[in-house]
Amino acid sequence: MSRMKLDLEKKLISVARANPPSDRVPLAFEKRIMAVILGKPAQDLWAAWAKALWYAAAPCVAVMLLFSGWALVESHKNNQTSTIDLAQQLDNTLLAAVDQSNDQAR
Amino acid sequence: MERTEAELIAAVLKGDAASFEPLIEKYSPRVFATARRYARRESEVEDIAQEVWLKAYQKLKSFRGEAPFEHWLMRLAVRTCYDFLRSHQRNRESAFSDLSEPEDDWLERFIHQPGTVREDSDAARQLVQRVLQHLSPPARLVITLLEIEDRSVKEISKLTGWSVPLVKVRAFRARAEMRKILAKIAKDKYL
Repeated sequence: MSRMKLDLEKKLISVARANPPSDRVPLAFEKRIMAVILGKPAQDLWAAWAKALWYAAAPCVAVMLLFSGWALVESHKNNQTSTIDLAQQLDNTLLAAVDQSNDQAR
Repeated sequence: MERTEAELIAAVLKGDAASFEPLIEKYSPRVFATARRYARRESEVEDIAQEVWLKAYQKLKSFRGEAPFEHWLMRLAVRTCYDFLRSHQRNRESAFSDLSEPEDDWLERFIHQPGTVREDSDAARQLVQRVLQHLSPPARLVITLLEIEDRSVKEISKLTGWSVPLVKVRAFRARAEMRKILAKIAKDKYL
């Protein structure tokens, strides 16, 4: 078993040595690199579209956060008003008898 | 008249970016061959090559001209490939159960008639790739440089920026890792 492992290791290494990777360079690769270096990216519509989407994402998130915040504040305000109303109503109900007896005494 | 490498580099450093293009043209085949040792997909190979050249342009000031430009560039290329391996190590395959039929046949033939297996077959190449993909990034780098490219420990130390003792330790661990993987193949297939 260990002999076989060693043989297989040697064989695979020799396979790797016998098959060096290709050194082919894609067409106009140097032009693309130069375009990046000189700050003139090669025209790529999909990349431009993706870039535009990314740029749009931040304002969209900001608007969403703004509206969420506004909605939260509004709902909080409404809740506060309704609690005041409820408290007031509870007060009135509880003190109704006292108010009535005061009125009658007068 | 064709300008020398030193003249081109000096021109780039003075602000003539266009002088960098002949350097890209001349050394891209080497950069691509190096990248193809570590990445399988062509898109990944191109990304690595692009990163190497952009780094080379940005760091050109650090090139002192004491060693040839090619050596400096290859150091950048090897380190970029190592970063690539580290960032993609999650993609390492975990099982050998998915060996393709030709790979299985090649292994089978190797066990029974080792003398008859061909080294230039696609199956053999795929199997090598599969074994290398299972190695950890430092192990893969060391095995590739030491065993496949037949470089010396000193050369590897210069290329990777690791100390000589560290290269030796990593080479020792890499061989052990490779044997463990081969044992796994053998266990999966022949026990």
